[in-house]
Amino acid sequence: MRRNLILGTGLSAMFAGAALLSFFWVPFDIGALDIANKIKPPSGAHWLGTDHFGRDILSMIMVGGRTSIAVALVAVGIGMGLGVPLGLAAAVQRGGWLDEGIMRANDLIFAFPSLLIAIMITAVFGASAVNAIIAIGIFNIPVFARLTRGAALGLWTRDFVLAARVAGKGAVRISCEHILPNLVNLLIVQGTIQFSLGILAEAGLSYVGLGAQPPVPSWGRMLADSQTMISFAPHMALSPGLAILLTVLGLNLMGDGLRDLLDPRLQRGQR
Amino acid sequence: MTCVRNWGLAGVLALAGISAQAQGDIVVGLQLEPPHLDPTSAAAGAIDQVVYANVFEGLTRFDPDGSVGPGLAESWDISEDGLVYSFHLRSGVRFHDGTELDAKDVRFTLDRARDDTSQNAQKALFAGIETVKVIDPLTVQVTLKAPDGSFLFNMAWGDAVIVAPESIGEIKHKPVGTGAFMFDDWVQGDRIELVKYAGYWGEPARLDHVTFKFISDPTAAFAAVMAEDVDAFPGFPAPENLPQFEADPRFQVLVGSTEGETILSINNKLAPLDDVRVRRAITHAIDRKSVIDGAMFGLGTPIGTHFAPHHPDYVDLTSQSAYAPELARQLLTEAGYADGFTITLKLPPPSYARRGGEIIAAQLRSVGIETEVTNLEWAQWLEQVFRGHDFGLTIISHTEPFDIDIYARPEYYFQYDSAAFQALMAALKAEADPEKRSDLLVQAQKMIADDYVNAYLFQLAIPTVANARLRGLWRDAPTQATDLTAVYWDK
Amino acid sequence: MLRYVLQRLVSLCLSLLVASAVIFLALEIVPGDPAAYMLGLNAQEDTLAALRDELGLNGTALQRYGSWLSGMLHGDFGISYTYRTPVAEMIGDRLWVSLPLALFALGLSCLIAFPAALWAASRRGTLGELGVMGMTQLGIAIPNFWFAMLMVLIFAVNLRWFPAGGFAGWEEGLFAGLKSLTLPAVALALPQASILTRVMRSALLDTLGEDFIRTARAKGLTRGQALRRHALRNAMIPVLTIIGLQFSFLLAGAIIIENVFFLPGLGRLVFQAISARDLIVVESVVMLLVFAVILVNFTVDLAYAWVDPRLRGRR
Repeated sequence: MRRNLILGTGLSAMFAGAALLSFFWVPFDIGALDIANKIKPPSGAHWLGTDHFGRDILSMIMVGGRTSIAVALVAVGIGMGLGVPLGLAAAVQRGGWLDEGIMRANDLIFAFPSLLIAIMITAVFGASAVNAIIAIGIFNIPVFARLTRGAALGLWTRDFVLAARVAGKGAVRISCEHILPNLVNLLIVQGTIQFSLGILAEAGLSYVGLGAQPPVPSWGRMLADSQTMISFAPHMALSPGLAILLTVLGLNLMGDGLRDLLDPRLQRGQR
Repeated sequence: MTCVRNWGLAGVLALAGISAQAQGDIVVGLQLEPPHLDPTSAAAGAIDQVVYANVFEGLTRFDPDGSVGPGLAESWDISEDGLVYSFHLRSGVRFHDGTELDAKDVRFTLDRARDDTSQNAQKALFAGIETVKVIDPLTVQVTLKAPDGSFLFNMAWGDAVIVAPESIGEIKHKPVGTGAFMFDDWVQGDRIELVKYAGYWGEPARLDHVTFKFISDPTAAFAAVMAEDVDAFPGFPAPENLPQFEADPRFQVLVGSTEGETILSINNKLAPLDDVRVRRAITHAIDRKSVIDGAMFGLGTPIGTHFAPHHPDYVDLTSQSAYAPELARQLLTEAGYADGFTITLKLPPPSYARRGGEIIAAQLRSVGIETEVTNLEWAQWLEQVFRGHDFGLTIISHTEPFDIDIYARPEYYFQYDSAAFQALMAALKAEADPEKRSDLLVQAQKMIADDYVNAYLFQLAIPTVANARLRGLWRDAPTQATDLTAVYWDK
Repeated sequence: MLRYVLQRLVSLCLSLLVASAVIFLALEIVPGDPAAYMLGLNAQEDTLAALRDELGLNGTALQRYGSWLSGMLHGDFGISYTYRTPVAEMIGDRLWVSLPLALFALGLSCLIAFPAALWAASRRGTLGELGVMGMTQLGIAIPNFWFAMLMVLIFAVNLRWFPAGGFAGWEEGLFAGLKSLTLPAVALALPQASILTRVMRSALLDTLGEDFIRTARAKGLTRGQALRRHALRNAMIPVLTIIGLQFSFLLAGAIIIENVFFLPGLGRLVFQAISARDLIVVESVVMLLVFAVILVNFTVDLAYAWVDPRLRGRR
């Protein structure tokens, strides 16, 4: 299903591109507040209007995209970086103590309501983008560990792995050289989906004030700031909401498209 | 299916019932839910907002204009030396549980508040009391350690309301006072209900039933008022929505004054803020108008010192710290910070602080001062800033009435240590002559402005949004209270 | 089977013990003194000490952990620092909002997802299927608090069909109670329904490829009939798993939505308790939610083992 992939990649690339562009150029400086020009509807100068401090909303969305993308990306990185090795290790000896231990720890993390834990983390260490990353990252670990273990268990019974064992390669080497390369497609697909979930989670956390702190803009906080003004300045609430919606939608479509493209066996009736 | 329809019918009937009895009922929205209902053992203003004047009364009380008048004490005599106060209690006052108010209750209340194990958050109010004596059932004699011009004022605070030993055990959940309303029910996390007390000693309340509904979120508050789920919302948390209410004939908007001096507090002991030129530069870097417009949507009066503008002794010193970014940069250069510096800005939850903080951070940045902004919960703010003095700048509204004497406390969180000011406050406390007191107060206001202790922003205003037919609500907030005893629905 | 159940039961208890230790330790290091928070700016040192004593904050960490744990085993969750009422009572009150809300949202989610999935699966390759799948993509991608904001604006503030928030209370009648839970339940249900629709559609399509469906089709059943009569039952296992997961998620995951609608539910209780440093409430509610999730997982595991004996030996 190429249409998903093209549409999804297009949407994601648009927001990622806008975020990247904001490092070099934004329509208006968001550091300079212009209180006299606050809450202006979209116009020729300000395409998406201005916010309650008179900042240009388009520029805010471009810069805010950096926060969302960075937080979600690093959180997925943490999840992969820790989850994949754990999953690989667990798969080496099915049912062994390591496998049991890792899977039990996974279940335990899954049992904690993620948003509550994120709130507790920020209560302990204070609200910041870094703590949002940690909070989201922790819950990505079991996802990747479980996925990796499941797929790796299947691979360990395959002939080419048996051959490598016979050739005297150790478990670590086999995991790295034979198992992992066969998981890359799967991980890319799951990574895309976790990435989109990470963006939603970041938006939720900064909406309740636990994500990136001012003056760093973020989509979730833009929504929170706009909330009381939605009835007379809907433009303030619409653009950040749509930015989140479209980015997540783009990533999900891209994930689906990638899955179909990379691994036909995973299509599962997706046509 | 019939079952469903019946339920629906019941719902319709219930709704109809509500509007039929609406004339005697009121739903009041409040932002903060009280933790419990004992005003004499917690600092939470939210407790007073529910119970002050409604459920509990003190010997004296605050009137809507902030003056102090008789409460449960009908009158009082003060001895020549200003040390002995004899309070004459009203007769026939009964607590909601039917027990009679007498002098023993007053002695019990005052002794409990100043006891070693007291949990009264304003213990200082009672620190000047030497003895409390019961003369007869309706007369109490309070002897002070030293004359104190503000003793009657102190006794009007919510922390000094009269409680009875019979009901003290349950006071946190079943408060029993002498007020015109009795406590009825509390659904924690949602609402508190009061009902009219038929046995009230004074003018009976005109409402039969009061519901306080707790809505912390500003958006939810807006939606609830707009949908007429609440009839009045004192201290409406979103000033940006006031124009909409003003334009809507269903509502009235009252904008009143408070005792809240909203300031950018400066840690006077932390380098480079210990340099008066740096503090002065900060005050000149701030454009109060932008802060008031941006954070409060125009609500609030600019102030230039730590004093309420509606107070007769107030002096307008705002021009002394007028917006002058060039001057700010020049002062910084003189102080040796031509390239600026970085300082922390820690912000408590209210929106005046959060929004104001963003604006001030941008204004400081434009003169070269970078800020590291941290948003804190109240518990963290108390620990880090107020008790730990671990901050550079913070924004806070000092809502206690008449509190310029905090500048005489060198250990107070902004750590202003001036022998001259301390001497001035000592002189003020000993002075009884109104003319001279007034003069000392003017001097005090000027001294802290000259020393640029803090950057004084604005006097916090309190907006109340209410149904257009409601009468008798307080406009100003001389103390944290929602006095509903005189409120009624206009026909 | 008995051995398996016992084994799982031991691991359940161990998980709970570890979880309780993690929760307690995490909250031990939360900065901020509950007593200082409650007494505010002008509190004096001796007043603070008196209050700390009353709250039982002066014991060692181990003592407090022990008493918390043993209390919970007796159903006693302690006394809230701020409200000064038994925590168990508070949780009980809040459950009367959170539980119906979760069930309401779950019910809505199923009500939307089942027909949508069946419809999409039976009209494979049509524009209709594309439409349903597009809607589910939107439903998953939309931030539910934003959706909630828009709904409040339209249905509460402008149309005034529903209350803007708050909870009428069940004593006002079932209708009033449900009315105040409708918008929050819709906001919560939308993403869940989208996920459920997708899972169910895939499961249905998977079973459609199986031999017994082919046989049924060969006997002359239409595609839709085969779906409803045969495929649906076989697709229920993954669907039920997801529903189980969604229920425990909804119980705990409604914090943000509860805040938007200021519902006095469990999530908001924790949120407020954290900012008020009412740690005993935080500990107990989080523990309860963890317990609920672990219990649901345990039940699902047992149900699987019962359905499929091969699973008993391994995970």
